[in-house]
Amino acid sequence: MEQKVLAAPAVAMSAGGCSSGGCGSSPDGTTSKLAHLPEHIRAKVHNHPCFSEEAHHHYARMHVAVAPACNIQCHYCNRKYDCSNESRPGVVSELLTPEQAVKKTLAVAAEIPQMTVLGIAGPGDPLANPERTLTTFRELSEKAPDIKLCVSTNGLALPELVDEICQHNIDHVTITINCVDPEIGAQIYPWIFWNNRRIKGVKAARILIEQQQKGLEMLCDRGVLVKVNSVMIPGVNDEHLKEVSRVVKAKGAFLHNVMPLIAEPEHGTFYGLMGQRGPSNEELQALQDECAGDMAMMRHCRQCRADAVGMLGEDRGAEFTLEKIAGMEIDYAAAMQRRAEVHAAIEANRTAQQQSRSETFIPLTSLKRPPKPAAATAPQAGTAPRPVLMAVATRGGGLINEHFGHARELLVYEAAAPNGVEHVDVRFIGARKVDLYCSGGDTCGDAETALAKTIRMLAGCEAVLCSKIGFEPWGELEAAGITPNGEHAMEPIEEAVAALYREMVADGRLDAAPLTAAQHATLSA
Amino acid sequence: MAYQIIEGCVNCWACEPLCPSQAIHAAEPHFLIDPSVCTECDGDYADPQCASICPIEGVILNALGAPVNPPGSLTGIPPERIAEARAQIQAR
Repeated sequence: MEQKVLAAPAVAMSAGGCSSGGCGSSPDGTTSKLAHLPEHIRAKVHNHPCFSEEAHHHYARMHVAVAPACNIQCHYCNRKYDCSNESRPGVVSELLTPEQAVKKTLAVAAEIPQMTVLGIAGPGDPLANPERTLTTFRELSEKAPDIKLCVSTNGLALPELVDEICQHNIDHVTITINCVDPEIGAQIYPWIFWNNRRIKGVKAARILIEQQQKGLEMLCDRGVLVKVNSVMIPGVNDEHLKEVSRVVKAKGAFLHNVMPLIAEPEHGTFYGLMGQRGPSNEELQALQDECAGDMAMMRHCRQCRADAVGMLGEDRGAEFTLEKIAGMEIDYAAAMQRRAEVHAAIEANRTAQQQSRSETFIPLTSLKRPPKPAAATAPQAGTAPRPVLMAVATRGGGLINEHFGHARELLVYEAAAPNGVEHVDVRFIGARKVDLYCSGGDTCGDAETALAKTIRMLAGCEAVLCSKIGFEPWGELEAAGITPNGEHAMEPIEEAVAALYREMVADGRLDAAPLTAAQHATLSA
Repeated sequence: MAYQIIEGCVNCWACEPLCPSQAIHAAEPHFLIDPSVCTECDGDYADPQCASICPIEGVILNALGAPVNPPGSLTGIPPERIAEARAQIQAR
């Protein structure tokens, strides 16, 4: 089994970790972030869309909702919720048995060959449903050996299940760790179920934290790749997450994913109803940058549903309902053949893109930059042009290939050239959802038009790169200080961002300071 | 003497494997406790297991018909705040 191969290098990983330069403060995509890792670890994440930013342009994932029970309560979760317009963790439309989940996975794998990863993420806690979760994994590891298996958990039941996880070939585990301080934990978790009792308050948080940390250590000891998810809750754990990042990295976590709290009254969660706000894009980015000093950061997470299907940022779950998969006949041997061909084509394409990129860019692993939200600062003294944020419309493949009006999300990149425009440094900042979490009817949302909302989501960006754009949005974007650009259609994203940045420098557009948030709000109002 | 699951249960399966008497079964529209089998965990556990893991307030009743987890007791959300928010959302 793979775990045996990994046992030794895991030590090297936790010891070397991200300290060997580049990682975190190094800005570019995952390619350089992963450069310091042993080859077989890189191989494990190379086609994993949730563990590798670069891979998420090319490969898809799916979650099967087999795990309804939970053993804790989080203040950002409402156990009653199921709305098809909602896109956030813990929400599903259809609970599956392990048998149904296996069939659905095979159907999706055959239909969407770029799907490489099957995760179990809920809607409860997968490890609070060990039988359903592990049965699904066992069956899939036999029937679909070409699919990577992942699980995410709150960690409470993790230590007792670590050995079984390893037996089932699950080599990517995500633990949600929001705190390492029980006093803070008590403000996030109202109760846990532990040793046959419901336990509340600081005592409950202390037990949960102990279990999470123990589980993390046990997994890292066994060579399992661990990603830590943290929900950023302003005023509750935002400052504290820097310490969390330090602690989990020291224990060998591979990647830290700081996600924004999603809280609206209509979600019916404690935070949503009690007026706890989520962070702004700027606050999130600033915290991610600060944590990045300590370890590899994930910025491309889309906080997907526990039954999501497809590329990150898209959900094709409706094509694979129980009703629809019931009628599907799957020849998995044939599907596996085709999948291998598709994966080979994707890899050939990625290699070509990387080669053309290495001709354009210097290796970013060698760059060090202070972790600060560079785009928000004033123009720097000297010759270096100021950094610029740009939004990109893509439908996958790492290209500028989506129509602005069809994009359901826009990816934000920062271009900078601290050493002159010969070396443009492009880094991924994050995804901004265009139809923010809910596209439902009159009952949710407000009267703001979709375009105005999109423009508001793009605060801080100075350009939008897309394959095409309509006349009306063109005008409104320009009026809001964001330049639309369709001239780099079908080009690789990072090359296009760098090229446009050079054009902006050459045109003298960066001589003026960027708009402040207040100016942006006025213009886009 | 027996506990009872009522409307509002979200069928999350959390209680079912915990019941020491196997008194709980999946049913439509929601899970049910067989009152002839339920022992209220007497002799097995200090606390009734179903009511100790159930995440939904008000859906498990004790033998007196009173909710074991009354509104606000699990989520910490005051019931009046839920009513208020519902009115605000509907008024949009």
